[in-house]
Amino acid sequence: MSKEVHNGPTDETQARGTPYSGDPEGGAGLEQATLDKLPLDEWHRRQGGRMVPFAGYEMPVQYEGIMAEHLWTRENAGLFDVSHMGQLLVHGDHVDGALETLLPGELKLLGDMKLRYSVLLAEDGGIIDDLMATRRGEEFYVVVNGATKHEDIDILQHRLPKYVVVDHMREQALLALQGPKAAEVLEAIAPGVSDLGFMQGGPFRAGGHPVWISRSGYTGEDGFEISVPSVAAQTIADWLVGDERVKPIGLGARDSLRLEAGLPLYGHDLGRNTTPVMAGLSFAIGKRRRAEGGFSGDMRILAELQNGPPQKRVGLDVEGRQPVREGALILDGEGNEVGRITSGGFSPSLQRPIAMGYVASHIAETGTALKAEQRGKLFDVRVTTMPFVPHRYHRKGASA
Amino acid sequence: MTVYFTREHEWVRVDGDTATVGISDHAQEALGDIVFAEVPEAGRTLAKGQEAAVVESVKAASDVYSPVAGEVTEGNQAVADDPALINRDPEGEGWFFKLRLDNPGELEELMDEASYREWVKTL
Repeated sequence: MSKEVHNGPTDETQARGTPYSGDPEGGAGLEQATLDKLPLDEWHRRQGGRMVPFAGYEMPVQYEGIMAEHLWTRENAGLFDVSHMGQLLVHGDHVDGALETLLPGELKLLGDMKLRYSVLLAEDGGIIDDLMATRRGEEFYVVVNGATKHEDIDILQHRLPKYVVVDHMREQALLALQGPKAAEVLEAIAPGVSDLGFMQGGPFRAGGHPVWISRSGYTGEDGFEISVPSVAAQTIADWLVGDERVKPIGLGARDSLRLEAGLPLYGHDLGRNTTPVMAGLSFAIGKRRRAEGGFSGDMRILAELQNGPPQKRVGLDVEGRQPVREGALILDGEGNEVGRITSGGFSPSLQRPIAMGYVASHIAETGTALKAEQRGKLFDVRVTTMPFVPHRYHRKGASA
Repeated sequence: MTVYFTREHEWVRVDGDTATVGISDHAQEALGDIVFAEVPEAGRTLAKGQEAAVVESVKAASDVYSPVAGEVTEGNQAVADDPALINRDPEGEGWFFKLRLDNPGELEELMDEASYREWVKTL
């Protein structure tokens, strides 16, 4: 038996790279001779986690199994360790205006303690990383991808004015509690969190430890991300999994959950060759920003908003039961190559294969029948709307 | 009946000139939740080491090689219909295909069960 194709960013074989440039997610495993350990490394092993190289760290890909963990998160609450991600504090005079030169989102008018999903842009409008930015008074708390964090910090330090300071919060771990029971579980440990609306955060105390909690995540479910001092991470993780509604969840299910939610993953569905318009992330470009420009790559991005991008990220339903995975070619009815799958796998919730990829814009319309080619075999696929599984965020009125 | 194993984690159980082929418990464990299996049709001729079947889990896709040469007499429709059967009973009901051995001498190149189980512990 061979082990030749792997799905998602969950395995050492991802190190082979992807059609998109960069692929920092996968490359990290190979290029780095020694892998870093998470603050919860021992804890994961005690919980039965199977550790794999990812983003330069040894991380749990699964505990009891991807399928069970995935479904548990959709029905109960799952605890994810995302401490590999970069937590940054950006401050200095007019930090919002400074960040707006690199991010296309509305940051000047972003309310205190509100989060915004955004992208760090290259000068040509390509995506260097995707991120969450939260206003904390005069500062911005920014969470970036693990495999890209060091480069992001370099870029921010070089391209932001000298008076803006970027602090890497190395002493903080990051946990995510996701699922329909997350709020009732976390409320018992950090009273008040259930009052947060989606994309809103705040400082809390959990058992005497100062924590920052936001109502956000990357599974499509209601849930929270919890920034905790590394020294307190184990205590808080133990409290959470001590609740029978909570199980630890690995990278494998994190990947299948975000795919069902239609959320793109950097290094796979997003990269230097994709713009936010191509990636279907135009919602992250603020209204004022569209009128004024003034961000990296604005010429190209505003033109794409006006005239449409050459390619678009689309969801694909796959006929049959066999998954079509990252790297498969997408063909039109005449066999011409019109795109490529950037994420694909078996959906545990839907019990069928799903995928996303980029196709030429003229065939990106919902319902368009296409083919995918994988290892010499053709699959019938059809453009569909995303998410594949509806989001269940906790929206309070007009949040953020 | 004697069972042999390959370094690619297939097993082959021999009864007279008929061999049944599947993947080992170690292999299913490594793959995780299996969601797709494609088995060869009866009548297909397989060379030793040839790709004979496909197995896919949530996270990985793999080819299953034929450990020996022969003509397929049956593909296991049960695993095609219910791929999770391979997780539940990999070395029993979760077999992939049966074939008529061309050359029983090829079996001597494979590992016996005790050697395989010992070897797997070192991985």
